[in-house]
Amino acid sequence: MSLYLRRDEAPTMPPPVRAGGAIGWLKDNIFSGWVSGPLALAFIALIVWVTPDLVRFFILDAIWTADDGAACRVQGTGACWAFVDRKLDFFRYGSYPVAEHWRVDVVIMLGTVLSARLLWPDGKKSTFGLFAFLIGIPLFIFLMIPGPAAIIREPSLELAILAGGIALACALEFSKLRTLWVGLIFFVLYPVLGAYLLKGSPLLGLIHVDTNLWGGIFLSLLVATIGIVFSLPAGILLALGRRSELPAVRFFSILYIEFVRGVPFITVLFMANTMLPLFVPDNWSPDRLMRPIVGFALFAAAYMAEEVRGGLQAIPKGQSEGAMALGLSYWQRMRLIILPQALTLVIPGIVNIFISLFKDTTLVAIVGIFDFLRAIDAARIDPVWSGPTVSPTVYTFAAAFYFIFCFGMSRYSQMMEERLNAGRRR
Amino acid sequence: MKAIAATFLAAMTLGAMSQSAAAQAGSKTLDLIKQKGALTCGTNTGLAGFGLPDDKGNWTGLDVDLCKGIAAAIFNDPTKVKYIPLSAKDRFTALQSGEIDVLARNGTWTQSREAELGLLWVGVNYYDGQGFMVRKKLNIASALELNGASVCVQQGTTTELNMSDFFRTKGMKYEAVAFADINEAVKAYDSGRCDAYTTDASGLYGSRLKLVNPDEHVVLPEIISKEPLGPAVRQGDDQWFNLVKWTHYAMINAEELGVTKANVDDMLKSPNPEIKRLLGVEGDFGKGLGLSKDWAYRIVKHVGNYGEVFSRNVGEGSALKIKRGLNSLWSAGGIQYAPPVR
Amino acid sequence: MSLDAARERPSGSFFYNPRVRGLFWQAVLILVVGFLGYEAVVNAATNMRARGIPTDFAFWDRVASFDINLTLISYSATSTYGRAFMVGLLNTLLVAAIGVVLATVLGFFLGIARLSKNFVVAKLSSFYVEIMRNTPLLLQLLFIYNAVLKPLPNPRDSISFGAGFYLNNRGLVMPDPQFAPGAGFILAAGVAGIVASVFYRIYAKRRQAQTGEILPVGRVSAALILLPPVIVYLLLGQPISFEMPILRGFNFVGGLRVLPEFVALVLGLSLYTAAFIAEIVRAGILAVSHGQTEAAQSLGLSRSQTLKLVIIPQAQRVIIPPLTNQFLALTKNSSLAVFIGYPDLVQVFAGTVLNQTGAAVQVIAITMAVYLVISLITAVIMNLYNRRMALVER
Repeated sequence: MSLYLRRDEAPTMPPPVRAGGAIGWLKDNIFSGWVSGPLALAFIALIVWVTPDLVRFFILDAIWTADDGAACRVQGTGACWAFVDRKLDFFRYGSYPVAEHWRVDVVIMLGTVLSARLLWPDGKKSTFGLFAFLIGIPLFIFLMIPGPAAIIREPSLELAILAGGIALACALEFSKLRTLWVGLIFFVLYPVLGAYLLKGSPLLGLIHVDTNLWGGIFLSLLVATIGIVFSLPAGILLALGRRSELPAVRFFSILYIEFVRGVPFITVLFMANTMLPLFVPDNWSPDRLMRPIVGFALFAAAYMAEEVRGGLQAIPKGQSEGAMALGLSYWQRMRLIILPQALTLVIPGIVNIFISLFKDTTLVAIVGIFDFLRAIDAARIDPVWSGPTVSPTVYTFAAAFYFIFCFGMSRYSQMMEERLNAGRRR
Repeated sequence: MKAIAATFLAAMTLGAMSQSAAAQAGSKTLDLIKQKGALTCGTNTGLAGFGLPDDKGNWTGLDVDLCKGIAAAIFNDPTKVKYIPLSAKDRFTALQSGEIDVLARNGTWTQSREAELGLLWVGVNYYDGQGFMVRKKLNIASALELNGASVCVQQGTTTELNMSDFFRTKGMKYEAVAFADINEAVKAYDSGRCDAYTTDASGLYGSRLKLVNPDEHVVLPEIISKEPLGPAVRQGDDQWFNLVKWTHYAMINAEELGVTKANVDDMLKSPNPEIKRLLGVEGDFGKGLGLSKDWAYRIVKHVGNYGEVFSRNVGEGSALKIKRGLNSLWSAGGIQYAPPVR
Repeated sequence: MSLDAARERPSGSFFYNPRVRGLFWQAVLILVVGFLGYEAVVNAATNMRARGIPTDFAFWDRVASFDINLTLISYSATSTYGRAFMVGLLNTLLVAAIGVVLATVLGFFLGIARLSKNFVVAKLSSFYVEIMRNTPLLLQLLFIYNAVLKPLPNPRDSISFGAGFYLNNRGLVMPDPQFAPGAGFILAAGVAGIVASVFYRIYAKRRQAQTGEILPVGRVSAALILLPPVIVYLLLGQPISFEMPILRGFNFVGGLRVLPEFVALVLGLSLYTAAFIAEIVRAGILAVSHGQTEAAQSLGLSRSQTLKLVIIPQAQRVIIPPLTNQFLALTKNSSLAVFIGYPDLVQVFAGTVLNQTGAAVQVIAITMAVYLVISLITAVIMNLYNRRMALVER
């Protein structure tokens, strides 16, 4: 089969016209072709068409304060922010007793400062960044969780918590405490302390608050944190197991990982909720809140394992062989040589998994856990506040909340990616 | 992975069928409750009049008051109750698994639920029947005019099955729109997704309050089923079964004898022997239930009699304004009837 | 590795022999897992019997006596639970199939748009991607369901598009095609047209390789696929008629109706997944060396030709494995139907059936097994496709 070869020269194209200035920019960026040009125009038209309505709905015509839904039911009014304002405590803490809210605040404050310290990359830090970190993060979480209303209600207590948070952040930063120790505090000491604070204990003089009163944003954060914290070590073990030379270990790891990844999270939750109590002896049945958390952690571990495995595979075999030649045992090799490299490689991927896990916490509502989204849905049906604008308003509020967290995490992951690549960019 | 799934299924089935010695579940529920210091009560996720938490987690309702009555009888303190809101989906498993001590969640008493699910209904604290709610502007006077309608319903309930029977026997077509959560179903009806909403008539009144404009909706007169609602317990602990049953009966007897929350202390001096026995002035009728002698006094003192509870939660004294009807005492034309304390 | 080390030191202590240790730890693991599994099974059996929970599959053939509002196969309240399972499964597959197609199309479009040199197009598509990726799918679903549902009018005030298409809060109503005998020939003509277009394509390729002449493939294939069915339809005297929906009583009678729950679920799943696919496509395209684009441009290919002939074929190899994961994620996420009342497998089977029968363990085990099998089949198909693509590599 003779292949065709072009013998005569193709006609020469004219040189590209490069117009500078505003017209050139417009030509490059808006009227740039037969497909993207009209598309860009259509997008601009859409923005011009929608933006005034959005601004009117969410800001100009919005109802900011009201005692009940009557004001929001008036024809032509915009978003019903008054509803969000009134229900904010319920969104944040669920049914947790009002007088005990400070306990939740303390736990969140400690967790934020500790985890922020852990996630804050070492190395050169600008003064501005340092201050932003030391004051900005506690302040942000503070406004996000207890909010200005709590400061007005109990100024001394809430401000003390804020001051404590900033002091702790400073102490962690300036004492040059090794990250390992901070990690130990976060993973070992903090959960115990947090559990006692939240549940209450007669030893600390705190009244018992049953888990069925827990709810709202705080519960979403709690479920996410436990899942994430547990998934990391479990995921590493599973990933190592999957690459193990021992066939039984490998088999069980693969079985577990593929099984969990093959089924929807909802069915895992159903299983945790209805089947877990059947699998354990009669009076071992875990708490109603613990079941979905256990399910969530087991679910998270399988996804984490696959991410970590990606990192393990990227480490050249020579590393392992070199370590072996030095006489290191399996666990020494993993702990000292392989895992530090592999985990650093996959930090962005791990953060992405955190993001998707955080979003997945919304599904625990299906087994009756009062997470943030479910608190919103429960508040939405309050007849006092029912009105046509309530749902869009409160969903927008929820979307903004999740977006701030997830987008923040994804930006963090991008930053880490750049920092990590900096070492490899020669 | 297919092999994995197959193994898993096989393991489940084998395990489920294997004949190992059965441990007796749930013995001495009362001792466990005393040990825990609180009664664990399964409730509705939020049905006005029957079981509804406010923003602060305080529960109210007809079913909730029964739980409070039990707690009052055991601890002399109606607040020693832990409420666990349950969806229709996992209410029975929660009771079966021993997670809750009593299920007071407007559950319908049926034969299969007792025979197959291993539960026992202690009585009927609300005689109900399934009805339909529609918009007034549809100008419908009877459920028989619902041919072709879309009907919102909570899935996994007897309601869903009754509705199917009703439309089938009447030869009418309809669209069932099923939701896992009762509030989702009500919300969908309210937004116009369905022409009608169906559940127990009592629930219809409660749900109507949650609509944007309650006055625009009307409950149709037809009652298409018998729905005896009442609290349920696990099988296998007769003493506990009796305790819950007699808490319910004590409240009815108190109403019959005219003992109310307000006058219960005066009634202690009543010469009427029936009142004397009920309130523990004469004889010790609590012993057999594992309770103190003044068990019924405690119930009435803290919670009130059946009539008061009814009126407060669903009747004239509440926003629901449901008439007593079938739920009147037998002496007043209803069918609420309690065996005597003696 | 450790086995080699063992051979070098045959005289070492028995307990320090890596092979012995390996066997020992494996035995321990098997024992522990086996013990836990045994305990779980025994406990489950004990607990289930003690609580009177059914342990067999007898419910499968019992009459379901509840109704489902979307059934692809014939189903009524007198059908069995097994039939209800099939209905739920098919509904899940329907949503997944349509969702996958929509998400892929939209995702490719967005991914390419993100790399556009056009400022507005690139920024807006990345704005879309960031918003969708950073909010929970469930929130989006609820938003769409309540936003799609609520503003729409009731059936009496339906928005009419003409030709029997109506939109209202009960969904989208459209004419239902009725097939008279002979309609099969139209299908056959369509299939023949597709086959013919495939052959034409092969012919055009060969022709181009030999003579350099480029035949108009797109237009000719379109004509080959569309014309024969139309001609047969006219020749046979129009055997397909349309049953028009008529407003009678509460709802439209006759015609096809797309449920709002279905619309919300398909839309929610595909809009969400498209954002992830867009990122995959973008990464795939960026993974193709820039030299390829420059070379294509210097050959005189237009931007769309460059994409179609040079970039995407190479990017596909990078794109397909993560794309498979997204398809699987979409299928699994379709279980969120339970939150908005679409009768999928989880809603019908793990919801109503579980509840009516009380057979929790069996129902959940079957549900999980179904998803595992779907995952497995999708993975196998995509792996085969991937292998075919990878073979192109030298």
